[in-house]
Amino acid sequence: MIVGLDVGGTHIDAVIVEKGNIIDTIKRPVHRTHLFDSIWTTLEELFSRHDKAKIERVNLSTTVSTNAIVENKTSPVGMIIQSGPGLPNDYLACGDENVFVSGYVDHRGKLVKDLDLKEIQKAIELFKEKNITSCAVVTKFCTRNFNHELKIKKLLEKHFSSITMGHSLSGKLNFPRRVFTSYLNAATYDTFKDFSNNIKKSMEREGIDAPLYILKADGGTTSLSAAEERPVETILSGPAASFMGINALLHTDEDALLLDIGGTTTDFFFLADGVPLFEPLGIEIGAYKTLVRALYSHSIGLGGDSSIDIKNRQLKIGPKREGPPYALGGPKPTPTDALIALDNMKIGNKEKAIEAMKILSQELDLSVEETAQKVLNTMGDIIKDETNKLLDQINSKPVYTVKELLYGKKIKPQLINMIGGPAKFLQPILEKKFNLPCYFPKHYHVANAIGAALAKITTDVTLIADTSQGILSVPEMGVYEKINRNFGLDSAKQRAIELLIERAISVGASKDEIETEIIEESVFNMVRGFFTSGKNIRIKAQIKPGLIGEVKGDKDD
Amino acid sequence: MIKANNKLGLVFFPAFDWAISSTHPEREERLLYTQDQIFEEGIEDIEGIYLYNPIIATEKDIQRVHFCVPDVKSRLTESHFISAGGAIKAFEAVINGDVDKAFALVRPPGHHAQRVVYGDRGFCIINIEAVMIERIRQQNKDLRVAIVDTDCHHGDGTQDIYWNDKNTLLISFHQDGRTLYPGTGFLDELGGPSAYGYNINIPLPPGTGEEGFLYVLDNVVLPILDEYKPDIIINSAGQDNHYTDPLTNMNFTAQGYAKLNDKLNPDIAVLEGGYSIEGALPYINLGIILAMAGIDYSHVREPDYDKDKLKQPAGITEYIKKLSDMVYERWQKREALRTGIIKGKDCVQRTRQIYYDTDGILENQTQNFKICQKCSGVNTIDSQSDTGYHIFAITIPIDACSNCLDEGYRLYKNTSRSNYTNIYLQDRVNDLYYSK
Repeated sequence: MIVGLDVGGTHIDAVIVEKGNIIDTIKRPVHRTHLFDSIWTTLEELFSRHDKAKIERVNLSTTVSTNAIVENKTSPVGMIIQSGPGLPNDYLACGDENVFVSGYVDHRGKLVKDLDLKEIQKAIELFKEKNITSCAVVTKFCTRNFNHELKIKKLLEKHFSSITMGHSLSGKLNFPRRVFTSYLNAATYDTFKDFSNNIKKSMEREGIDAPLYILKADGGTTSLSAAEERPVETILSGPAASFMGINALLHTDEDALLLDIGGTTTDFFFLADGVPLFEPLGIEIGAYKTLVRALYSHSIGLGGDSSIDIKNRQLKIGPKREGPPYALGGPKPTPTDALIALDNMKIGNKEKAIEAMKILSQELDLSVEETAQKVLNTMGDIIKDETNKLLDQINSKPVYTVKELLYGKKIKPQLINMIGGPAKFLQPILEKKFNLPCYFPKHYHVANAIGAALAKITTDVTLIADTSQGILSVPEMGVYEKINRNFGLDSAKQRAIELLIERAISVGASKDEIETEIIEESVFNMVRGFFTSGKNIRIKAQIKPGLIGEVKGDKDD
Repeated sequence: MIKANNKLGLVFFPAFDWAISSTHPEREERLLYTQDQIFEEGIEDIEGIYLYNPIIATEKDIQRVHFCVPDVKSRLTESHFISAGGAIKAFEAVINGDVDKAFALVRPPGHHAQRVVYGDRGFCIINIEAVMIERIRQQNKDLRVAIVDTDCHHGDGTQDIYWNDKNTLLISFHQDGRTLYPGTGFLDELGGPSAYGYNINIPLPPGTGEEGFLYVLDNVVLPILDEYKPDIIINSAGQDNHYTDPLTNMNFTAQGYAKLNDKLNPDIAVLEGGYSIEGALPYINLGIILAMAGIDYSHVREPDYDKDKLKQPAGITEYIKKLSDMVYERWQKREALRTGIIKGKDCVQRTRQIYYDTDGILENQTQNFKICQKCSGVNTIDSQSDTGYHIFAITIPIDACSNCLDEGYRLYKNTSRSNYTNIYLQDRVNDLYYSK
């Protein structure tokens, strides 16, 4: 038995999946101020209906870190930033205290100027004076050489309870994003740790010793202890849960558009040959662009409760929600009112829904029914236009080789899979507008929890081998080791896979479930003068994204 | 977050799978460290900087500029179509108003490619800037363009292509041809009869540093641009004047390149040479990007930058001052000089020997420019290569009068294949190209 739980904006959903069957579901309201209690009472109720000994794992998609960031309830952070030469650095000041220190390494990780330890001592005093307990240390090009970050951490260790180092969060190059990601990690550290301690205690009390995993924005999970070290990876896991849910309920190996049409928003996702599309660098939260690995998702203000206005005799739906639908006592006509007026949905006051359509129909010179149809059609148009825009952007993302430019993969959806309240009723409209088959699953109301339940452990590694310097490094793992001059691409790939497996086990995977893949590989001859001085090898490897299993027989088309 | 003051389009295409050969300076590794630097600085996240992929230039785009012998397809690799397409994309983004400025960081480069193309010279096969300009010019016939070639090597290809075109001003400053490939680019190379004085060379002595380059910019380039009033300024942005470049002997810096672009304020920059791939390119490219985007570049510097070591000797400074005076004086007297050149003539001939260093080909050619009162005049090239070709090529310029247009076609029709291996006609008025 696998338990999956997803915390949404208004509800907590949880499910139990056993051998591909959804054997139980539960939906409870969420109290944002008592998030942990809401989660635990939901779980308790679900557990009480089953044999606890049979629980194999518990997967949670929580909003603990996200809420802390969005609601500004994070811990104060002391930032130590080594920005070296390049862009101005003032805009990197994101902590409560920011100390910029001297010294730097270049793009190959060669030391150019050493640290000034006096500056670090001063920072320590400043942070202590301000009662800061959480710190982050980030240096430019630390993914190439993180020695300065280690040195600084060593000095801070005695004084502060949590220290985040930039290189431990991502192997990708992007200094500003690494600074912000490290800040957010340090800022959510305590909040997440509290949550984690609570859940551990409660599980123990309940006598459940199944492992517990936390859903990440990339649609995979990580162990609770790994999440304690990198809480920033758990932000914005909600869209990932819904993506995984759609994918679990409606499996495909083709290019596809995935839609989650909810009350206030519509989320867009894509599959390329059945494989999820990721954000090229990382997710954005509030004002921060980060290096947190995430599924590609795009959200627009369009849903069942979006308010409808008329502008220049045209329907304008969203992006705002100004309350519940008119038929449920709201102030404005909404798409849900259109559905009620058409007898598609049987909720609320139908008379009110018709009244809402009349408000619109007068200006449009249409009947009530025609108006309601037009509302749904307009939603279809908005979704179609947005999809085309997104595909244009995705298919023109920068590439760097002749081969990719000429023959690179372009995503062309062959079908649409969707969930969400209004989705069922938009199915015929979208089928017509896109001229593609649209599918809609039975268990859509708990799709997110199912997605959480079936998510696999994911992780990745970025390896750089520079044979002229004789160094191999994997920054996320703190690996910095010597290699000989004959080290080649094959050895590099082999080492990347070994390290990936090691890392997967450290974040909670068991050996038999690990499926690895190399996603990027390149090797450059380094020439200095007229001679080859070495090779620069770059590898990215990851645990294959995907699901623990499928849910049986859920296609409902 | 940082915001760009000028909207900047960036076509960054390092062609990581293309090289002239595995140890050639123009190899896969060339822009690797530049990419690392611009990725690490987070350039793509800056508000107002937009990344574009190259488009792919067409055969027709190439034929507006070059006579490829025997034809376009046999001389070019896919990379050349893409590199030119990258430049075109940059120009299109500017001309369509999507961005204020654009920088095409593409390879292979192009400024040594002349009108006739038998092969690769100076790592260039086609002139990517000229291909870019002429594609845009086909829709905007009166476009006045100024190219400022800041590569350390003389832009001899660009000079050849715009030799007789008054609507394209070329200013090339470079290491003196007596000391560096391609051995041209002297003061007296001033242009063909219709554009005499609009081809300006400033051959700088080895050892020229920040002071010298910026002096030339302030005292020659900017005053001439003020008078010429171009619609578009293009920086043919070679980066091999850098003090660490392995092929040249100058002392320019990343700060200097950034300042140069800040002052020059080009609409478009296109990467040309520059082979100090680790110690210079990452910093120069970053400097140019920031300067063009209007972002503070004062913190950009090379790891081994040493201001005192790079100070320009007084002797060089004096030499450059005198040189600048001479160049500017000739610019001012250009009409009078032109009159002297064309007096009593109905055509001007130019005979040259051209060496293709990369491919080891030797070419002998004679160009013939008709002097026409109404237009810039039909012109021809009679060229032989030691690879066995003997071609005759006719160009009807874009501003041709009806007489010159007719004459071009007559020449094409009447030239017999028995004397030549290939005969070409480039009709820029109707945007047509013929070969036989």
